[in-house]
Amino acid sequence: MHFKARAGAKLADVKLQTALKKLQGNFVKGRADRITELDNFPEIRDAAAEIRDRALANLDVYLDAFEKNAAARGTVVHWAETHEDVNRIVREIAALHGVRKVVKSKSMVTEECGLNVALEAAGLEVVETDLGEYILQLAQEPPSHIVAPVVHKTRDEVSDLFADKHKAPRLTDIPALCREAREKLRPHFLSADMGVSGANFIIAETGSTLIVTNEGNGRMVTTLPKVHVAITGIEKVVPTLEDVATLIRLLPRHGTGQSITNYVSVTTGPRREGDSDGPEHFHVILVDAGRTKLIGGDFQEMLRCIRCGACMNHCPVYQSVGGHAYGWVYPGPMGSVLTPTYVGLENARDLPNAATLCGQCHVACPVKIPLPELLRKLREQQFERRLKPWPEVLALRAWGWLAARPALYAAVMRFKARLLRAMADERGMIRSLPFGSGWTDRRDFPAPQGRTFREMYKEARSKA
Amino acid sequence: MSARANILARIRARQGKAVTPRAAERELVAQEIAARTAGPRPGMPADLVARFIERARNLSSTVDELPELQAVPQAVAAYLQAQSLQPVAVCWPAFAGLDWAGQGLRVEVRPAGADDLVGITGSFCAIAETGTLMLCSGGGSHAVTSLLPETHIAVVSRRRIVSGMEEGWALLRAELGAMPRAVNFVSGPSRTADIEQTVTLGAHGPYRVHLLLLP
Repeated sequence: MHFKARAGAKLADVKLQTALKKLQGNFVKGRADRITELDNFPEIRDAAAEIRDRALANLDVYLDAFEKNAAARGTVVHWAETHEDVNRIVREIAALHGVRKVVKSKSMVTEECGLNVALEAAGLEVVETDLGEYILQLAQEPPSHIVAPVVHKTRDEVSDLFADKHKAPRLTDIPALCREAREKLRPHFLSADMGVSGANFIIAETGSTLIVTNEGNGRMVTTLPKVHVAITGIEKVVPTLEDVATLIRLLPRHGTGQSITNYVSVTTGPRREGDSDGPEHFHVILVDAGRTKLIGGDFQEMLRCIRCGACMNHCPVYQSVGGHAYGWVYPGPMGSVLTPTYVGLENARDLPNAATLCGQCHVACPVKIPLPELLRKLREQQFERRLKPWPEVLALRAWGWLAARPALYAAVMRFKARLLRAMADERGMIRSLPFGSGWTDRRDFPAPQGRTFREMYKEARSKA
Repeated sequence: MSARANILARIRARQGKAVTPRAAERELVAQEIAARTAGPRPGMPADLVARFIERARNLSSTVDELPELQAVPQAVAAYLQAQSLQPVAVCWPAFAGLDWAGQGLRVEVRPAGADDLVGITGSFCAIAETGTLMLCSGGGSHAVTSLLPETHIAVVSRRRIVSGMEEGWALLRAELGAMPRAVNFVSGPSRTADIEQTVTLGAHGPYRVHLLLLP
């Protein structure tokens, strides 16, 4: 993974920069406006973090309770240790029920698994039905945001893509494009034998799964096909329906700046006797795939995450480079913590450093995950595991050696302050810094005054 | 070892717990679930009906207030005409006895299919805090009727407007006992903002949600 190289390209992408500006306007301002509707927002936020911690503190027992209550309503619960296990289980379920076509609603866990490729390899037709995900499936691109997957694309690009893939006249207005997708996708909902969804929460009390959606595709996917498979991480369990009510006050507000999403759908088991609709078979797959590595250690707080995307919306780095620069499924601050854990710190070297540690992500997080703290811990681990580039390690070692010798340190700093002063031009700026071209290639470096702080402090005290 | 056993064992090992949960742990979780402790609630006005109407309109639903159930067919006919829609619909069995034909409407009592343009449903209750309908699936309440048609008309009783989702769950436990297959909270017409963050109504579900408020 090379965040640095990709970030450079993304900064130069004019279309992407325009698209990212809109995200700040809508999602950042939207959240700020919507949380003012809650006169006791800080208490609700505390309660949300507490709910997630409560479930995580006894995670195994809560999962067991969920499984028992789900099974009592006829749901088949599967457990997957790896992404490959998820793909295998879905293929087995498809084979069991003679499935040929699969419609999907948005699921980041299935992005982790590469489920679509695995199902297509098994001869199944897979159709993404969230508008953004459908556009990406046509374009054969990964999502760049966990809530607004296609935020990096402009309307013009979508127009070209639809005209090309649908072999239809090129439409340019957004409602017409949405209608075109609706008409293309409606027959798929009606003819699919299996619906695959994620789950924003699973509820221990009732054995239910819950999804929040706006488009209605999530309801189609979980209602119309004869088989419904919900795939979600083991950390998504919450104890009760009351806890759901609290969390739903925060998730849409932080995700899209809505007081509530159009649909909050809670499903419990397959179709009952006397029901006229709903799937005949309901399977839930509980996925580990790296999550247990976060439990019990420095990073357990990360498992509170409810995948709202507020941290990336508020991140100055994400706002500048977009999601693809991060190189894996989860971008932004939450991705910079999750990706190294899931794919290995050695495979995501730049990510813990792809943050300014400004703290906005922590402030915006509805469940109070201390993301800057976690990123700092990952940086420490990188240093301890010698995963930093050698010039950086060497420079830090040299500085550490020097800083432990105060007299020598003061002498070297006195020399450096004067040297840099001598390098300055008439404006007091240095145009080119040896070993510092990364800074001075694009801007000048302000030169120091010529004397160190300690010198000036000493002088001021002797005068006083 | 099964995947289930492996995952649960890993969780317990990482948390420094014994291999199998002690009775006290199970007891604690059972208590936490049984307690159903409600979280902190945001302030709400005393007039829940007014709040519901205001929020529902904010979500692009339209609202019509009626004096009695018998007024529903006339209100539906007037709404469809104002929207230049055909006077044809499907409805939940609860409304089978209404005089639809008397208002020039052709209404069939069955779940909506893919080609039905107007679906008429009731609602389990409604949430004032967010202007939301709570729909519970079941024999007489077809989930597809609020989803497949381009226009969804829902009948809501003022007496069934509750403060928040918590009261909705309490009502569900009291009246239905257990969870139905699907509980759908519906907050206005379906929408998407996936293309250039521009909100467009009528993504995959209804373009219009019209609420008929009964006493």
